[in-house]
Amino acid sequence: MRLTPRGLWWLKGGLHIAFTLPILYLVYLVLTDNAGGDPVQYIIHYTGMGALNSLLAALAVSPLAKYLKQGLLLQTRRLIGLYVFAYATLHIAAFISLDLLFAWGFLLEEVIKRPYILLGALAYTILLLLSVTSFMVVKKKMGKRWQQLHNWVYLVALLAPIHFYWSVKSEIIEPSIYIVICAALVYLRKQKLVKYLPKR
Amino acid sequence: MTHHTRFTKGIKRQSAWDLADNQVTPESVFKDRRSIVKALGLGALGASIPGYVQAGLFDFGSNKSTSTFTTSPLQFSQPKAFAIPDPLTPENKITRHNNFYEFGTSKQDPFDNAQAFKVNPWSLQIDGLVDKPITLDLDDLTKRFALEERRYRLRCVEAWSMVVPWVGFSLASLLTEAGVQSSATHVAFETLFDPEQMPGQKNRLMGGGIHYPYVEGLTLQEAMNPLAFLAVGLYGKTLPPQNGAPIRLVVPWKYGFKSIKSIVKIHLMDKQPPTSWNQLASHEYGFYANVNPEVDHPRWSQASERSIGEGGLFSAKRIPTQMFNGYGDQVAGLYKHLDLRKYY
Ligand code: HEM
Repeated sequence: MRLTPRGLWWLKGGLHIAFTLPILYLVYLVLTDNAGGDPVQYIIHYTGMGALNSLLAALAVSPLAKYLKQGLLLQTRRLIGLYVFAYATLHIAAFISLDLLFAWGFLLEEVIKRPYILLGALAYTILLLLSVTSFMVVKKKMGKRWQQLHNWVYLVALLAPIHFYWSVKSEIIEPSIYIVICAALVYLRKQKLVKYLPKR
Repeated sequence: MTHHTRFTKGIKRQSAWDLADNQVTPESVFKDRRSIVKALGLGALGASIPGYVQAGLFDFGSNKSTSTFTTSPLQFSQPKAFAIPDPLTPENKITRHNNFYEFGTSKQDPFDNAQAFKVNPWSLQIDGLVDKPITLDLDDLTKRFALEERRYRLRCVEAWSMVVPWVGFSLASLLTEAGVQSSATHVAFETLFDPEQMPGQKNRLMGGGIHYPYVEGLTLQEAMNPLAFLAVGLYGKTLPPQNGAPIRLVVPWKYGFKSIKSIVKIHLMDKQPPTSWNQLASHEYGFYANVNPEVDHPRWSQASERSIGEGGLFSAKRIPTQMFNGYGDQVAGLYKHLDLRKYY
């Protein structure tokens, strides 16, 4: 069975629900005082994992579309990608507003002292660029450079799980699993990416 | 000073945490919170997740998440010397935000997984270089020594802090009773090893890679300092498991991981004992682990901390971290000849 445009419309609707519900659920947990003893850390963790899991979903789309031979699926990538950005934005907003409490001077110090935050910031900068250039008009204007820019998502796929790995005290097994999955998803694109490697 | 009035013996305080205590969330909310969060956080891992997590995904009906462990009220005095003006962290935050990797690495795991923990029977052995080895059973822990309440700041190495009203007795009183021999220089502590009860000891993913049993240590001088405390209670009642029932160490001028929980052994020796976090990552966690805003963790700053107090999300405070967590007057002398950058 082929995915029809109408089917795609439903699929997108389902995805919107799937990506929004966890955020509403988080709001509910916080409002009902069920987000652990320290809701601040809970929110940072929850939204960070949300961003990372959405990123995996976004990266899984094209291998999946190829495997299922469903070209239309590719059109869900923008939607999912914007949710990655939304979760990452909530994650950072929570860190800056609830954890650092807007101590901007301290933020700069922290970014320098905590290399994992530097990686997160780099990943977020790329996500921001990808999001603002995700509109059709911009895409058309950018021509070939659009694809080049959007290939940077593979760098995000490597930076984000390393950021996770580096942020934990000792529980490295879960982040290691993420690194492996992300690396595998990037590896699937090796043919596309080798072009960018310096020629010998 | 006004805050001293709070310590009037025998009068039960009515204050914000009493209220917070009553607003306990219904059991059903906890149940679905747990299952949904697990499902969300780990959905992407699919088949690669180990058995215990999958069990977590499907145990929608389990009632692990309610506080079923019974604590009982304690008799204790409230010496003024240990009164501090800092407002206390509410009880429901102290019991739901714990690092106790024996029960899982995320902050609410110990609350979720430790409620069935058995403290009876218990046996705490004090041995090694002592004249009179002692074994204390559960009853002895709360009856053998006069109990007192101490309000201590607790500073976690992860840069958050709480203010906790512990009930217990000084470590020195126990060591004195055992009679420390002159050759002893250090005190080693050990947590219970019981993988059947402590899932983190059974499963590496859940236990965060620590080599169990968890061990800690102090120099004898540190151990004999009047601040070094063995807590058997919290907020006037015996300890809940997630906070280290039935007995735990509290060393308020050091990072929280020094304050070892659920202790079964105290061993006097003549050399520095191994300590768990130091074994795991010696460049990040030293033997001394004194709270020190000037010596950063290799991966983050220790200059300030987020204080977890009363109120909701937007009432958090970020405060400067104090040298020795504010207990410098009592303990700085111990380290006069020590380079605290080298011996972090
Ligand atoms: C400027 C950008 C960022 C900042 C300042 C930042 C900050 C943080 C902090 C402070 C933590 C540690 C939380 C804790 O241990 O208490 C963390 C963890 C994490 N971050 Fe970020 N982050 C950034 C970008 C990102 C991005 C772009 C992603 C994913 C796409 C991400 C995903 C995660 C994940 C998965 C964790 C681990 C969750 C946990 O264990 O708490 N972060 N981040």
